[in-house]
Amino acid sequence: MKEKLEEIKAAALEALQKASEMDALEEARIKFLGKKGELTAVLKGMGKLSADERPKIGALANEIRSEIENRIDTKKSEIAAKLEEIKLKAEVIDVTMPGKAQQTGELHPLTKVMNNIKDTFIGMGFEIADGPEVELDYYNFEALNIPKNHPARDTQDTFYISDNIVLRTQTSGMQVRVMEKTKPPIRIIAPGKVYRSDAVDATHSPVFHQIEGLVVDKGVTMADLKGTLEMFIHRLYGDETKVRFRPHHFPFTEPSAELDISCFKCGGKGCPMCKGEGWIEILGCGMVHPKVLANCGIDPEIYSGFAFGIGLERIAMGKYDINDLRLFFENDLRFLGQF
Amino acid sequence: MNLPMSWLNDYMDIDVTPKEYSDRLTMTGSKVEGYENMGDEIQNVVTGKVLTCEPHPDSDHLSVCTVDAGTGEVLQIVCGAPNVKADIIVPVALNGAKLPGGFKIKKTKMRGVESNGMLCSHEELGISEDILGYEPEYGILILPDDTEIGKDIRDVYGLNETVVEFEITSNRPDCFSIIGLARETAASFNKKFTIPEVKFTENSENIADTISVEILDKDKCKRYCARMVKNVKIGPSPAWMQERLRACGVRPINNIVDITNYVLLEYGQPMHAFDLRDIEDNKITVRRAGEGEVIKTLDGQDRKLIAEDLVIADGKRAVAIAGVMGGFNSEVKDDTTTVVFESATFDAASVRLTAQRVGLRTEASSRYEKGLDYNNTVPAIERACQLVEMLGCGENVGGMIDAMGNVTDMKPLPFRPDKINAFLGTDVSTEDMVKIFDALEIKTDLDNMTVTPPSFRPDLEGEADIAEEVARFFGYDKIPVTLLSGEATCGKKTDRQKMQDDMNEALTAQGMSEIYTYTFVSPSNFDKLNIPADSELRNVVKITNPLGEDTSVMRTTTIASMLDILARNYNYRNAQARLFEVGKVFIPTEEGKLPQEPVKLSLGMYGGKTDFYDIKGVCENMFNRLHVDNVKYEAVTDNPTFHPGRCAKVSAGGKTLGIIGEIHPAVSRKYGIETPVYVGELDFENMFLNIKSDIKFKELPKYPAVTRDIAMLVDKSVPVADIEAVIRKASGKTLESVELFDVYEGAQIPEGKKSVAYSAVYRASDRSLTGEEVQKSFDKVVKNLEAQLGAQLR
Repeated sequence: MKEKLEEIKAAALEALQKASEMDALEEARIKFLGKKGELTAVLKGMGKLSADERPKIGALANEIRSEIENRIDTKKSEIAAKLEEIKLKAEVIDVTMPGKAQQTGELHPLTKVMNNIKDTFIGMGFEIADGPEVELDYYNFEALNIPKNHPARDTQDTFYISDNIVLRTQTSGMQVRVMEKTKPPIRIIAPGKVYRSDAVDATHSPVFHQIEGLVVDKGVTMADLKGTLEMFIHRLYGDETKVRFRPHHFPFTEPSAELDISCFKCGGKGCPMCKGEGWIEILGCGMVHPKVLANCGIDPEIYSGFAFGIGLERIAMGKYDINDLRLFFENDLRFLGQF
Repeated sequence: MNLPMSWLNDYMDIDVTPKEYSDRLTMTGSKVEGYENMGDEIQNVVTGKVLTCEPHPDSDHLSVCTVDAGTGEVLQIVCGAPNVKADIIVPVALNGAKLPGGFKIKKTKMRGVESNGMLCSHEELGISEDILGYEPEYGILILPDDTEIGKDIRDVYGLNETVVEFEITSNRPDCFSIIGLARETAASFNKKFTIPEVKFTENSENIADTISVEILDKDKCKRYCARMVKNVKIGPSPAWMQERLRACGVRPINNIVDITNYVLLEYGQPMHAFDLRDIEDNKITVRRAGEGEVIKTLDGQDRKLIAEDLVIADGKRAVAIAGVMGGFNSEVKDDTTTVVFESATFDAASVRLTAQRVGLRTEASSRYEKGLDYNNTVPAIERACQLVEMLGCGENVGGMIDAMGNVTDMKPLPFRPDKINAFLGTDVSTEDMVKIFDALEIKTDLDNMTVTPPSFRPDLEGEADIAEEVARFFGYDKIPVTLLSGEATCGKKTDRQKMQDDMNEALTAQGMSEIYTYTFVSPSNFDKLNIPADSELRNVVKITNPLGEDTSVMRTTTIASMLDILARNYNYRNAQARLFEVGKVFIPTEEGKLPQEPVKLSLGMYGGKTDFYDIKGVCENMFNRLHVDNVKYEAVTDNPTFHPGRCAKVSAGGKTLGIIGEIHPAVSRKYGIETPVYVGELDFENMFLNIKSDIKFKELPKYPAVTRDIAMLVDKSVPVADIEAVIRKASGKTLESVELFDVYEGAQIPEGKKSVAYSAVYRASDRSLTGEEVQKSFDKVVKNLEAQLGAQLR
C-alpha cells in the first residue's frame, strides 16, 4: 500500500509538472485528490490494514495529500501570474497620447502678480485696505498737499464727475482715508483701479492699477523705507536684483524717491528695454509729508511714516515680458491662458 | 530742460564724462533723461573749395570736380548736384567719412571716373534749416566765401556740443535755468560755482524820464523791472548765441529777442522786449484785463480774456498777457530802434490759470506757473543789458524802473540736526549738513539753530524739506537699510478678501478664467441690453470730460462689459469661453456725494454644449465652496436682457444675490454673437452676508440608509424645485438627501406632462430604519405630491 501511495505521489507530481493551464490542474486535482480520486480510493482500502500500519499509512497519505495540494497551489499562482502577464501585455497603451485634463480656468495675470505682492506685504505685517474709485477731490488731491491750481495736477490728467468729485488718479488718497480712521501703528497696502485721461496705446490706458503702501508709527525712518522696499523687490524679482533709490518729487512725501531696479532683461548692462540705462523705474515712494500727517490728525512731531505707490501693470509687463498694455484689458483667452 | 555742457563750463570747470555727470546729477535729484553729442554722427567732413568743375564725359548730369579740402592734395570728386561750380566752398566728406544714418563714404568710381569723397547737401549732413537759419537752394550746401578751408563742418555749425537733457520736477523752477543747474552741479561735485560779474555801460539819460510803470494788482504782480535800450540795430545774433539757443530747443529770431531768450534759459527769468513806439502814452500798467478784452498775441491769434487775467497795458490797451505771451501790437520789428525790456514776477496760480484757459503754454508761462523768485528780476535784466553791449546792438539807457508788488520774504526754519538724522535713519554730522546748506545757498544760524532758504527755493517750507536736501547730497544710496522696528503688526486679509480668494479658486477650478474690464462704458449700452427707458440702471455717474462717448459713464451693471469681452473672444474664433470678473458698479446717491460702489461677480460663457445649467452649476459649486447655503432660484420672465424662459433670480437668506440666465437672442445678436450666451451678475456683499461661518463636523453615518426611487407625471409647468420642496417637507427628519435623476418629455408621455424621477435616501443617525418607518414617510410623500401638485405616480 505504501508503494501504491508513492506511485500516486509520483504520478500526481508529474501530472502537475506538465499541467500548464488551470483546467489541467483541476483535472489533476480531481483525478488524484477528488472524492473518487486515486488517493481517496487507496484510503478506502485502509480498513484492511493492521492496527499497526494504519496510522503510519494514514500519516503518509495525509502527507502526500498536502504535498500535492501545495503543489497545486503553487502551480495555480504560477499559472495565474503567467495569465496576468499575458493579459497585461495585451493591455499596452500609447502613453504619449494626450491626457484627459479637466478644463480649468486661469486667474488674470494682473491678479496673479497682485496676489504675489499682497502675500509679500502680508508677510511683513501689512493689512489690505480698499477704497472708492470715484473719489472726493479732497482725498485725491487737497489732503495730499496738492491744492487746486498746483502744477502737479497737470501731470495727472483727471476725469471729473463734478467740481469736487473725480475718478481717482492715484491710490494715494487711501493714505488719508486710512490715517483718518486708524491710530498708528499703521501698515497697509491699498490696491485698486486708478484713472487718467490718457488715450489708449501700447503703454497707456485710461484705467490701470496701483498698489499704495503706507507705514506710520513712532520712529519710522527713511532707512526703514529703504529696507522694506528692498525686501519687497528681492521677494518679487530675486535677491540678485539691484535696487537704487533716486531723489524725486511728490507733493505728499518729503523726502521723495523713485525706486529703480537693475534691468531684468539685461541685468544692468543696458538694452532697449531699459533705454540703455541699465535701470528700470518701478515705483515712487517717500516719507509721508508732515502736512499730510497733520491733515489726518496725526502729530508729525510724534509720528513719522513712509508711503509708496506701485504700478501693477508695469510690474506684470516686466515679469511676463508683455509688450502691450492693451492685452490686459482685451481678455483674449489665448492671452489669459498663458500665465 | 536741455543743458549744453559748454554753457555750464562758463560757471565752473567740470571735467567728467557725460555718463558720469548724468549718473551723479540723477542721484542728487536732477534726473537726466539722456545726453546727446550733437554731430556725433558726422565724422571726417570738412570744408573744401571747388577748384575746377567739368562735365562728366559719360553722363549728362554728373560733374567732375577738383577740390582743395586742406588735406595737402587736390581731390578729384564726382558730384551730381545741379548747383556745383568752381570757386565755391562746400562740405566735403573725405574718404572714410561717416554721415547721419550710418552712411560711409569710400573711394569709388562713378561711370569710370575716380571719386575720392563726396560733396554734401545740408540734408545729407542732417543740418536742419533751423540750424542754417535760412532755406538753402537745392543741391550741395554752399558756405560763405570767407569760410576757412579744411575746417571740421561740426565746428562751423557748432555741432560738437554735448547736451544733457534733464527732467525737472515741478517743485524746482530754479532748475529750469543754466545757473540753477550749475548750482546743483557744484553741490553735487563739491565744486566752486561763481556767477561772473555783470557789467555794462549806461548812457546819461534815465528811463524814468521816458516811461512810467505802475502795478495796479500788487498780489498778482510781485515785481516789475524795466530797462530801455536805444539806437537798436535789429539783426541776427552771433553764431555762438544761436547755437546755444538751438541746443536748448529755442529758435533764433533776431538779436534782441534772442537776448531775452538767452537770459530766460540762463537765469530762468522770462523776459520780454517791447517796441517803445507801440507803448501808447509811454506808460506801462500791470492790471487786470477787462471782462471780454481781446488781445492779439505774438502768434497772431486773438485771445479773449476775463477779469481774472493779468495783462501788461500801455495807456490805451493790453500789450501782453502777463507771464504768458507778448502782444502782436508791440513786438520787436526789423525797424525797431528803441526797446523796453521787461523782467517781472507774477503770481504762479494766476499765470497758470490764464495760460490754461487761453490754451497757451509757453517757455515763460511754464516757468511762472511754478513760482519764480522776485529777486531774480534785476540780475536777469542787467544780464540782458550786458549782452546788448556785448553784441553791439544798441545803447543802454541809464537807470532801471523797479516797481514792487506784495512779496513775502523767506522765514527761518528750525534746524534740529538730531531730528533730521532720526527721520532719515542716518548719522550725518552738523558740520556736513552745514556744508550742504552752504552749497545750496541756504543760510545757517547756529546760534539760534535755524536755517533760511534762499528766495529761489520756496519749496523749502519745513524741516522735512531741509532733511531732503541733506539726504540728497549725503546720498540716498548711503542711507542705511533697516527693517521696521516698533510694535509688531499682524498682516492679514479681511474675511471679505478671503472670500474673494475662495471665490477665485472655486471659479477657476470650474474652468472659468478671470477678466479685467474698464469700469466706464458707453451710455448706448443700456439700449443694447434692451434696458427700459425708465430703469434705475440708467441713472449713472457721468464723467464731465470723458475721452469719448464710449467711455463716458460709470457702469451700473457688469453685463455689458462681460458681453463685450465674450463678443471679442467670439470674434477671435475662440470656440468657447467661460469668464468671470469681480468688479465694481457705481450707483449715484445724492448730488455732490460719492456714489455707492457695490462689488459684483460677473459670469459669462458660450460655446461647446453650454446651456443654462452650466452657469447654474458653476454658481452651485461656488456656493457650496463658500458655504452660502439655502440658495433659491426662481424663474424670471420679464427681464428684457434675458431669454424670457431661461433666466433665474438667485437669492439666499431673504436677500437677492443676483440674476443668471441666457442672454436674449436679440441682445446677443447686437453684440454679434450667433450662439447662446449665458451671463450672470451676483452681489458680492449679499453673498458674503450669507456665508455660514461656523462650520462644524457632522458625525459620519453608522447606520444603513434606505433608498427609495419615485417617478411621477406632472404638468410640464411645475418647477422641479416645487416637487423637491414637497418631498422634503413630507419626508420629515429621516430624509438624508433627495436627488433628481431623470426628467423626460416625449414618447409615451401625455401632451403637456413630463416625467420626473427622484431618488430619496432615508437614514437615522441613532438606529437602523425599519421598512415600515420608511414606507410610512414615503406614503406621505406620494400623497402630498398627488394632492399638492397633481402628480400621478408611475
